[in-house]
Amino acid sequence: MVAPTVGVLALQGAFAAHATILESLGCAAPQIRTAEQLEAVDALVVPGGESTTMSMLLERSQMLEPLQLRAHAGLPVFGTCAGLILMASEVCDGRDDQVALGVLDMTVERNGYGTQIDSFETDIDVTGLDTPFHAVFIRSPLVTRLGPDVEALATLDGSPVLCRRGPVTVAAFHPELSGDDRLHRRWLSKAGIIDARWPRSQRSG
Amino acid sequence: MVRMGHNKQRERGTTLVKRGLAEMLKGGVIMDVVNPDDAKIAEDAGAVAVMALERVPSDIRRDGGVSRMSDPEMIQGIRAAVSIPVMAKARIGHFAEAQMLEAIGVDYIDESEVLSPADEAHHIDKWSFTVPFVCGATNLGEALRRISEGAAMIRSKGEAGTGNVVEAVRHLRSITGDVGKLTRADSAELFEWAKRLQAPLPLIQEVARTGQLPVPVFCAGGIATPADASLVMQLGAQAVFVGSGIFKSESPEKMASAIVEATTHYQDPAILVKVSTGLGDAMVGQETSTLDVKMADRGW
Repeated sequence: MVAPTVGVLALQGAFAAHATILESLGCAAPQIRTAEQLEAVDALVVPGGESTTMSMLLERSQMLEPLQLRAHAGLPVFGTCAGLILMASEVCDGRDDQVALGVLDMTVERNGYGTQIDSFETDIDVTGLDTPFHAVFIRSPLVTRLGPDVEALATLDGSPVLCRRGPVTVAAFHPELSGDDRLHRRWLSKAGIIDARWPRSQRSG
Repeated sequence: MVRMGHNKQRERGTTLVKRGLAEMLKGGVIMDVVNPDDAKIAEDAGAVAVMALERVPSDIRRDGGVSRMSDPEMIQGIRAAVSIPVMAKARIGHFAEAQMLEAIGVDYIDESEVLSPADEAHHIDKWSFTVPFVCGATNLGEALRRISEGAAMIRSKGEAGTGNVVEAVRHLRSITGDVGKLTRADSAELFEWAKRLQAPLPLIQEVARTGQLPVPVFCAGGIATPADASLVMQLGAQAVFVGSGIFKSESPEKMASAIVEATTHYQDPAILVKVSTGLGDAMVGQETSTLDVKMADRGW
């Protein structure tokens, strides 16, 4: 069986931590920095980092339009933190040139959970997981509105923190930092990229 | 790990939360700024964070005297001007300045040799803070001592304010070179390494096992061009700090954007050529052998 190619957008941010998890799941996880590289992926992780920086680099690297086209055409995408912001349809208190690709109908507030001193880790309940997921929130965006076709898989104090529509999943937190591959695994299996009983399991615990 | 216990408490200031922000800054450029206008230029150019300080290092070098933490009002002004993380510098060992920076609400504190040291023997106990710290290092032993004190990010020191990348390269090569040697050492040799590097044995053993430092390693001190950024990234830096190199160049806006792109596309010479074309003059550099003060020698 040929390993699926799950690219990690590597313009800036926590791309290396995502790649480590994807490789442990048996995927090829190339770093994606150009439009040509983007063409070759079966699925894409858009990692955490600074969404302003990533927006600018997407434009300057001529990747904005190709990414938007592919994401709207059904490319499986897992967006975490800044990646969630990029997938949203509306960003409050962003810069004027802030990119919102509008892949998911949702409104987000950048740094809605505060600054670094307010950042935290906590356990959250996730629909479909039998034990809590340990979630790390770092200057995370706050989801203030969710469209009717987007499902909230987890909430924190009433606000969605893990959302899905079809092959696109977004998290306000950083699943790549918890040493727990269940959310990556589930995103890929729901999107039909890997089998839910994928043999090369590294799941611990 | 899948934790079986259910803890709905929000835990702040943990090691994971502190090191996590450094993970988010990887592949990016952190720019020194001295006022809100510069901070906006940095953000517009794609900086992942700004470092608020009173004077850029080349001016500190020129003016001499004691250099200290910045005016709180200036830091607040910068915080209000941008949405990206704001870092600020405290003097080595000056935990009162660090306490004030935490109270101001900065996102990272740089316990920095660029300022005048406040303590000739002790660095700040960084574990006692909620806010994360970055510290400079010239070699692996110094890096591990800072990590043992609680630093959540290491930057190679280089020689700030010179526009000369040679010291940054020396320090980065020293750190990554010794990490490589540790991975090839046997378990008995690690005790010797701990003594030689004057670093805690458990950290030495961890580096030997994992082949990397337990925190991200960025590069600082002398980066003045897109090519410099590419060089240090290819040598193993995970992000870059640029101080005087931007705002002492002929066109700070252009230089800042170009260094951002060069840091992302550091492996692509064609893109490096494109972003390096038409930038105007880089800052005037200095031979490090002619310096009166070597900032990298500060810190213990």
